[in-house]
Amino acid sequence: MSTLVRDRAPVQTGPVSVRAPRKRLSRRTLLLGGAGVVWLLGFVFLHGTATLTLPASELTDLHRSLNQFNAWVASNRADNPVFQYVFTPLRAAVDAVANLFIGIFAASSIGLRLPEIGWLGTVALLGWIAFAVGNARVALLTAAVFVFFGLQGLFTEAAYTFALVLTAVLFTLAVGIPLGVLAGVYGRVAKLITPVLDFMQTLPTFVYLAPLALIFLIGPASAVIATVIYAAPPVIRLTAHGIRCIPENTREASDSLGTTGWQRLVTLQLPLARRTIVMGINQSTMAALSMVTIAALIAAPGLGQVVIRALQSLDVGTAVNAGLSIVLLAIVLDRVTTAASRRAEPGANRKRRISRRTRYILLAATLLVVLAAVQLSRTMLWAAAFPKELNVGPAIVSGVSSASEWLQTNLFLFTVSFREAVTNGILNPFQSLLTETPFYLLVAVIVVAAFALGGWKLAAVAASCLAVIIYLGLWSDAMVTLAGTLVATAVVMVLGVIFGVAMGRSNKVDQLMRPMLDAGQTMPAFVYLVPFLGLFGATRFTAIIAGIIYAAPVAIKIAADGIAAISPTVMEAAVSSGSTPWQVITKVQLPMARQSLALAANQGLIYVLAMVVVGALVGAGGLGYDVVAGFVQSSLFGKGLAAGLAIVFLGILLDRMTQAAAAHPVRKVPSAKSPAH
Amino acid sequence: MSSPDISVRNLWKVFGPGGEKIPKDPELSALSSAELLERTGCNAAVRDMNFDVAKGEVFVVMGLSGSGKSTLIRCLTRLIEPTSGSVLVDGKDVLEAGTTELRELRRRKMSMVFQHFGLLPHRTVLDNVSYGLQIRGTAKNERYAKSREIIELVGLKGYEQHFPDQLSGGMQQRVGLGRALAGDPDTILFDEPFSALDPLIRRDMQAEVIRLHKEMGKTMVFVTHDLSEALKLGDRILIMRNGETVQCGTGDDLVGSPADKYIADFVSEVPRADVLTLKWITDPLAFGTPADAPVLSAGTIIRDAIPTVMNSSCPVLVEDSGKITGQIDRDSILSVIRSTEVAA
Repeated sequence: MSTLVRDRAPVQTGPVSVRAPRKRLSRRTLLLGGAGVVWLLGFVFLHGTATLTLPASELTDLHRSLNQFNAWVASNRADNPVFQYVFTPLRAAVDAVANLFIGIFAASSIGLRLPEIGWLGTVALLGWIAFAVGNARVALLTAAVFVFFGLQGLFTEAAYTFALVLTAVLFTLAVGIPLGVLAGVYGRVAKLITPVLDFMQTLPTFVYLAPLALIFLIGPASAVIATVIYAAPPVIRLTAHGIRCIPENTREASDSLGTTGWQRLVTLQLPLARRTIVMGINQSTMAALSMVTIAALIAAPGLGQVVIRALQSLDVGTAVNAGLSIVLLAIVLDRVTTAASRRAEPGANRKRRISRRTRYILLAATLLVVLAAVQLSRTMLWAAAFPKELNVGPAIVSGVSSASEWLQTNLFLFTVSFREAVTNGILNPFQSLLTETPFYLLVAVIVVAAFALGGWKLAAVAASCLAVIIYLGLWSDAMVTLAGTLVATAVVMVLGVIFGVAMGRSNKVDQLMRPMLDAGQTMPAFVYLVPFLGLFGATRFTAIIAGIIYAAPVAIKIAADGIAAISPTVMEAAVSSGSTPWQVITKVQLPMARQSLALAANQGLIYVLAMVVVGALVGAGGLGYDVVAGFVQSSLFGKGLAAGLAIVFLGILLDRMTQAAAAHPVRKVPSAKSPAH
Repeated sequence: MSSPDISVRNLWKVFGPGGEKIPKDPELSALSSAELLERTGCNAAVRDMNFDVAKGEVFVVMGLSGSGKSTLIRCLTRLIEPTSGSVLVDGKDVLEAGTTELRELRRRKMSMVFQHFGLLPHRTVLDNVSYGLQIRGTAKNERYAKSREIIELVGLKGYEQHFPDQLSGGMQQRVGLGRALAGDPDTILFDEPFSALDPLIRRDMQAEVIRLHKEMGKTMVFVTHDLSEALKLGDRILIMRNGETVQCGTGDDLVGSPADKYIADFVSEVPRADVLTLKWITDPLAFGTPADAPVLSAGTIIRDAIPTVMNSSCPVLVEDSGKITGQIDRDSILSVIRSTEVAA
């Protein structure tokens, strides 16, 4: 809304009623158009000068000093007081919990490295927990999926991932729920933490890893801490939201009886917010899984490592096998927590078929079976380690590998020509437009565009973001990433508008698409890379396609909701005045959903950026490559860290620019040009 | 009637930044609401209100929406913090009360019934009614026993284990009423409790309140926008407009001698013969009226006097506290009835 105020300043808010918005609109278009023309002219005449290109293996002074900082941390870790009294104990505590769960589910540190409760015990226990918090269906699903992990030959890896997710979720809830309650109860706390949460959620998963690895070393502890940071915002937000959304009259009624603040919290706010809080737990859990898999880059054990190793050796079969496990684990976590949130609905218990007592008896009885299974898995080898004879993993791996090879050879003509057409026709020209324009010209163009969209303040934000990127010495790489991100976002928006309109106009399409989109949103980012790696090989193109598929669900949903939210009266008015469906879409629905579409673009950009960066694993260059290289080669550490920062500032830039576009009012003065006519 | 149960003095509630200065400023406090809003951006919802509520009385505050009546009733227990003034309950100023005192007041002295019920959806009827008792720390058995009594009293026996969303609006408000009664407070505050209900159910609930008032004799402060409800329930009625008292008196005071055109418009549709008493139409004693003519009390409702006056061959004498104050004849009765018919 601040942009709204900002824009009013230069415009005369006098008695001019109809002309004012037009005048402003034309000034904005003029600025944007002018900047575009200058850019193109500059590109033609100054092509290739002042591009600030930095070859992959070269460093700037800043990168070298970051390297030195890395070395300094390594040598002072033992005796620096900050490490001694803050970071190291924290790391030890997190490690202890993580190792506890790893020991229980995945592998103990002694002897045969068998877990405390073998696969049979794990399957029984987790199935029972799913039954206790959810229902019998999700219990069966949980048990079946964990047995399937065994069949895939990935039980131990899945158990590692699960143990890390569990640790991270426990810490997340321990921090997030109290914070959320505080933010829900005290408006001041909410005001304080909301911008922080907003900022945290615009950061791609990737950028947390390097600084945390620097402080907490690689391994489970930093993986868990990175995951907590990434996964906490949803549960904090939703807890606060649940408490704030309690109807005023209920709160007032409770106050009128003389409740203390604590009584209000316990008898009113927490019970009424329970369902929303559990929804927050669901979202945080899904975010945690996503991060835990990516944390494989800083040596977090589990399925993520299998995928990353397979991606690096272009072993599509193994990647698909492990990717499938991640997808299944995501489905289990999502379904169980969703079932739990249904159970948390007020009055859910009275609609049950079985009484509470029968349920307790059933739970107690099945618990005995679980304990027996746990005992068995502690004593019998066949119940401890998943039998190797039942391993179908290799079959899946070789099946997928040959399928992928078949696809790549037989669809060669199609996939390669499609890839090359897009790469050469769109991607390369656009990328060179960004990378080969002199940097000062491009900076000027972006700042002018920012000014046109959001006034001086946004122009200042844009200028500082770009200045930081230049200072970090990664201008050219940032432009490569930007090119990929913008191209992918453009496609995402086309998809968003097409499917959003279809869903917004028809309930049937909505019902058909929504479950798929919901499922799409719960998947961890980098499993999207796997199938496209099989089709298109390791290229920038693959990363962009994966980014499109990753970002499309959120953009489509926001667009669809925006179109469905248009009042039926307006639609009726449009139809009754004889508009064709096409006219209704272009003259009523799209203009009225403009705000939602801009928001869809904003979210689409953030998602695409996250993915394009992760896409470095399959050959996308740019900042993501620098980050990954920084993990692998210690001489490139500083550059990787700088690249992470550059991603942050690129993200801020894109986020603020699209938000400003979204906040722009279509028309402030109610003029005769109402869209219904 | 004993000493007043609640005394409100110079009570102000001004919403908006800097609102606390307005009651003290003689110039600003004299402005009308609209001028005040324009000058300061503040909205005075309650302006310099003064009234007493006697023990055991049903005191109705009536006004249209936006008149400040809901704000006023919330100021009594500081659900909305008043800007200035005083609210004396049992001689103590509520505005001076500390957190604990205020909580005790809400727990034991004044309970409230809300327009939108404000029930807790995750609790059964029994747990909703016993909520106030739980809050003040009553043991489980005791509070359930007490709540069951109350549930029977408000006519919800058999619904103890139901949840609010399984009940009709009228029944939900009975739960709200039960919750307010369960703590056995001295005073019950009603904030438009029946305006969200169907007319028929509203009538039942009004009868219920009258019954409970007779049985328990509690002081009640009742906010409504419905004049017929006000006349039906109120011992005294205070009419509010723009945060100020326009008139305060019994029902027949308002109908018989409206303070200004606003009130006159308000009461113009009231069937006067049903509300006014004989004292409003008493003529001076005429020469020649026989001394043995029938006598009626000045407090008789006009409609109830019709049979006596119609059956008497001469004017009827009107008596007020033992003294004959005048007389009425058929013409004066008929003119009241005619004006009622015309208005209707």
